[in-house]
Amino acid sequence: MHELSIAQSVVEAVEKELESQPGALLRKIGLRIGELSGVDPDSLRFSWECLTRETGFEGVALVIETRAWQRRCPPCDIVFAVSDYQTVCPQCGTRETEHAGGNELDIAYLELETP
Amino acid sequence: MTQIPMERKVLGENDRIAAALREEFHRRGIFCLNLISSPGAGKTLLLEKTLEGFAPDRRVAVLTGDIQTDNDARRLARYGFPVQQITTAGACHLDARMIERHLANWDLSTIGLLLIENVGNLVCPTSYDLGEDAKVVILSVAEGDDKPLKYPGIFHRAELLVLSKIDLLPYVPFDIAAARDNARKVNPAIEIVELSSTTGAGLDAWRAWLDRRAVH
Repeated sequence: MHELSIAQSVVEAVEKELESQPGALLRKIGLRIGELSGVDPDSLRFSWECLTRETGFEGVALVIETRAWQRRCPPCDIVFAVSDYQTVCPQCGTRETEHAGGNELDIAYLELETP
Repeated sequence: MTQIPMERKVLGENDRIAAALREEFHRRGIFCLNLISSPGAGKTLLLEKTLEGFAPDRRVAVLTGDIQTDNDARRLARYGFPVQQITTAGACHLDARMIERHLANWDLSTIGLLLIENVGNLVCPTSYDLGEDAKVVILSVAEGDDKPLKYPGIFHRAELLVLSKIDLLPYVPFDIAAARDNARKVNPAIEIVELSSTTGAGLDAWRAWLDRRAVH
């Protein structure tokens, strides 16, 4: 249950970003969360609501895009989503695949109302 | 309404501190491990056995994290090497700032190997880079052999899996072959060591991994 710390980190990073947007009204924060990030979107939303209540961030919507766990097969030059823990290449069957996504824990964008 | 791209990591500030720590460790030739497991998997006992096996002039130091108490630091301090307790007062993980703050108490030129025992938790510590060279995940045979599938994040990021408490295998339904297979499903490159800190079985393999990995 570290989603509260994660929510706090989102607040800090966005506050910093908003310093360069004087007068803008924050409406939405777009997040990207990978399947392997260890962060649960629902509990992050709950933590966000608790943390931002009666602050300047109250009512700001979190828009969470989840990202699948992905691996790359270099010989086949393909990227595939891992389902049922199958990390072998679906095309050639090699086990020698590389990590290609799923650890994301990113702030992708902000949506602002500008004066 | 305007949308502006931000493209920043949520834990960018933690990552920044961790990157600075990593750079300092490399500059000073310090090898750093981040040990992660659920509570009670045997992190502290493994560290005790590890310290016990070191020559007194080994340049090793330990940071041990817990939500409350300095019990672990007191256990580990008996071996004569520098040890500090990090008490998180509720936080379920260590972060890079805690490491930075505690390292300020030490003369880093006296350290060659830094062992960090994270707070017992298989989820939250996974997200926080501490500047380590490698994460080690410890899974005891008193737990489920499907844990790598239930907590893929940490097994995916760990370089080594320690299967601990193997002296209990006759008394528990843990299928060690299934556990190995599950870990390799999540992370085909993971190395695996089986050991019992109580009987000492397998500790040589752990020490060999540590010595081999620490010189690179």
